[in-house]
Amino acid sequence: MTYTFGLDTFGDRNGDADGKPLSHAQTIRNVAEEGAFAEQAGVDFFGIGEHHTGYFPMPAGDVVLAAIAARTERIRLGSAVTVLSSDDPVRVFQRYSTLNAISGGRAEVILGRGSSIESFPLFGYDLADYEELFEEKATLFAELVKGGPVTWAGKARAPLLGQDVVPHIEDGPLPVWIGVGGNPQSVIRAARLGFSLALAIIGGPPARFAPYSQLFQAALAQFGHPPLPVMVHSPGHVAATDEQAKAEFWPRWRDIITLIAPERGFAIPTEKSFDRETGPGGALYVGSPETVAQKIAANLRVLGGTRFDLKYGMPGLTHEQLMTNIELYGGQVIPRARELLG
Amino acid sequence: MNEQSRLAVLGAGHVGPVIARLAVKAGHPVAIATSGDPEKIRLITELVIPGAQPRWSREAVADADIVVLAIPLHRFGRIDPGLLDGKLVVDAMNYWPASDGALEAFEHGGSSEIVARRLAGSTVVKALNHIGYHELEDRARPAGAPDRQAAGVAGDDPAAVATVAGLASRIGYDPVRLASLRAGRVLEPGGPVFGTVLPLPEFERAVREDSRSLV
Repeated sequence: MTYTFGLDTFGDRNGDADGKPLSHAQTIRNVAEEGAFAEQAGVDFFGIGEHHTGYFPMPAGDVVLAAIAARTERIRLGSAVTVLSSDDPVRVFQRYSTLNAISGGRAEVILGRGSSIESFPLFGYDLADYEELFEEKATLFAELVKGGPVTWAGKARAPLLGQDVVPHIEDGPLPVWIGVGGNPQSVIRAARLGFSLALAIIGGPPARFAPYSQLFQAALAQFGHPPLPVMVHSPGHVAATDEQAKAEFWPRWRDIITLIAPERGFAIPTEKSFDRETGPGGALYVGSPETVAQKIAANLRVLGGTRFDLKYGMPGLTHEQLMTNIELYGGQVIPRARELLG
Repeated sequence: MNEQSRLAVLGAGHVGPVIARLAVKAGHPVAIATSGDPEKIRLITELVIPGAQPRWSREAVADADIVVLAIPLHRFGRIDPGLLDGKLVVDAMNYWPASDGALEAFEHGGSSEIVARRLAGSTVVKALNHIGYHELEDRARPAGAPDRQAAGVAGDDPAAVATVAGLASRIGYDPVRLASLRAGRVLEPGGPVFGTVLPLPEFERAVREDSRSLV
């Protein structure tokens, strides 16, 4: 079995050593630096998730990915996630096929909603239409990645009649994943469209997603598709020791979750809930390289996954703390997780 | 009613399958339905909710003692109220504009009161809406367990509230009865127990101290 390991960021706005926030621009330059460093550290994939807020100032991750592509040779690059419902599938395809061209075939796309809702009012969409928009646009996206002229009509955008959408993908299909947060009908949709499955597990016990993995493979078979990989995407932070990782991550996690809890329906974090989430049965991968590697290996096994993406960072953490996280993840966590998985 | 009472869960998204699974585990016969053909959710039911039956919504509701509404609230308007006539309906939906967008019909008043007005022929109880779907199963515990948590059950009909309180208890939570749907506003997004999981004494205190519970 081949396993791959990625790092994802939402462009979490960095703090300085005194906790003062850095500018959006400096945060973005730091993300480019972190992406280039991830390759040196031995990470397989670097993903940037679309967000539109002051604490995640990252609405155009593909531009940053292009900068990273110019500075790297091997690492794969993609969105994590692209909020497809409030975007134009043709433009998404064009941006990532362009990234694929620049990077020599290293682009991937993860489609989903993420936990991002700001893009809906920003671009004039109604959140109540989310499902219908995603269904139509994902179906169109599946047509676009096949290559060749596309004929399509729907409510979500202007019709296409034998449209040649450029640039063409150079080598083989563009890898596309659908991010799923717990709706089994989204799992079925990913299988129907022939996209890989990304399980976004940001709270609660990861093992509860095991049936989704089985559902995905069974549905792929039913739709006549070959088996496809399953990714696990979860937040976390790696430092030299468990204590240090928790001490760095906890106040940042507490502050940001407390801030967004009312609109996302998250509980206000307590030290008790943090301990539960960072423990073996929780969704956060916070600790020493050994702790995090053990947890990754255990959950990939339980969930039938072959790809793990650590969503690293949290608003307020420093660029230096993130670089250490990346170094430890690439240098120690990934080799140890591979060893544990055999 | 007891564990023999039959449940129809309407909705196979984030919430419906979790409630259905807990009810199956508690020994209830459970049917699950969407707005469409049950064949479309057969695989989901087999793998994610083993023991439940995928059915057409009309048939599932006709045979049910308790109907659980677990659909996105913006689709509630598409449900024919006649379908639920005479039924005990658990409203597990939420009006949560920050997450799902604003809905004009739900801008004023408690969402379950508005649901109940539209379902005039049904008995509506608000429950199972305030614990996140990602936690509902993990935090469930049998009666008497030291770490058992509480769940609110609100309604205008005391017998219906008692029935749903029994269901909440069997699936793993200490029920806290609230004497009206109006009082159930305390369970809504923005309220003191929404999105959080609390043991009985803390839950009761949070509800008591909240102005929404003053009817």
